[in-house]
Amino acid sequence: MAINKEVAMSKTIKILGTGCPKCQSLTGVVKDVVSENNIDATIEKVEDIMEIMKYNVMTTPALVIDDVITIKGRVPSKEEVLALLN
Amino acid sequence: MFDWLQHFADWLIYSVFGIGAETHLGTALNFFVFDTLKILILLFFIVFIMGIVNAYFPIERLKDYLNKKKLYGLEYFFASVFGAITPFCSCSSVPLFIGFVQGGIPLGVTFAFLITSPLVNEVAVAMFLGMFGIKATLIYAFSGILLGSVGGWLLGKLKLEHLLSDWVKEILENKMQQAAYQDEKRSFRDRLPEISRGAWDIVKGVLLYVIIGIAIGAAMHGYVPENFFNQYLGGGQWWTVPLAVLVAVPMYANAAGIVPVIQVFVAKGVPLGTAIAFMMATVGLSIPEATLLKKVMSLKLIAIFFGVVTLCIIISGYLFNLIL
Repeated sequence: MAINKEVAMSKTIKILGTGCPKCQSLTGVVKDVVSENNIDATIEKVEDIMEIMKYNVMTTPALVIDDVITIKGRVPSKEEVLALLN
Repeated sequence: MFDWLQHFADWLIYSVFGIGAETHLGTALNFFVFDTLKILILLFFIVFIMGIVNAYFPIERLKDYLNKKKLYGLEYFFASVFGAITPFCSCSSVPLFIGFVQGGIPLGVTFAFLITSPLVNEVAVAMFLGMFGIKATLIYAFSGILLGSVGGWLLGKLKLEHLLSDWVKEILENKMQQAAYQDEKRSFRDRLPEISRGAWDIVKGVLLYVIIGIAIGAAMHGYVPENFFNQYLGGGQWWTVPLAVLVAVPMYANAAGIVPVIQVFVAKGVPLGTAIAFMMATVGLSIPEATLLKKVMSLKLIAIFFGVVTLCIIISGYLFNLIL
């Protein structure tokens, strides 16, 4: 039971951004939250602009969790990211 | 408004450090402490206010507004105003550009936004306010908006759509389905800590540039002789404005670092119009921006874009020198 639940909880996190300082600090925040809370998730950085535009965001960085855009254009706090991941 | 700050600077330098007010070092340090603190306070408040404005008018809503309303030619002006009030991060320029054209906003209107966005930004406004006062700041902001409107309108008239990159043209033809804009659901009070954190982050980010800029400015104040530039740049020779602009275009300087230096130039005899034109060319156009835009448009279009904006800045430089 416990194992099944964990598999279902595994998340795909994508960080959209062309590599500006804000995008890097978002990546840092997300990585910290994932490792500090032992969250089962894969983090992927999307830096190609054509790929980013498929998500229809106008301001970077953007945080995509399981293909849903949750944050765009700003760097959230750790607490906010944790809330989004739970 | 900043009397208390002057008292603090006087107290710190003359009493605590015991450096005399009559010494060169004393006045320079006093000037440095006062200016740095004043600018940082102004910067924090302006970025904070912009953050609040932006929380109410997110970019997606502005785009919808430009798209749906019939504005009878005023759309260039509105796009330019929106460019001024939205905080600009150079790495967002490409997604913004695509988002606008994808949403059906004409290329010229998109350019109006793209010109003003880096030109009139919160850091530039705060620095101008701190170093030149309210009148010069209003002139700078207003002329930046006007310049974006005129430049965007001109570029729109030139019908340059065929010079966009192929994949952007494809987006234009297919008019991809737009995701509906979702309003932020959190209350203003929930967002306030985030807005002030954002303002603080920006202040921290430019802190070093402010300090270096003001330090260079303070040093120049003491060592560049009075009216030094009059001989070379202040005599009203016709070529000074284009020269200042052409030197500044490829340069990429943070507004925070460049304004204190410009202030010294003005104090030593460079006309304010020439200085504003120089400033606009520095923050408005740069090589890094051209590199980013390369992804969405051909080199030819970038060259036309830069050419038109440069020309507009030069013309406005002449205008300022005439009226100021």
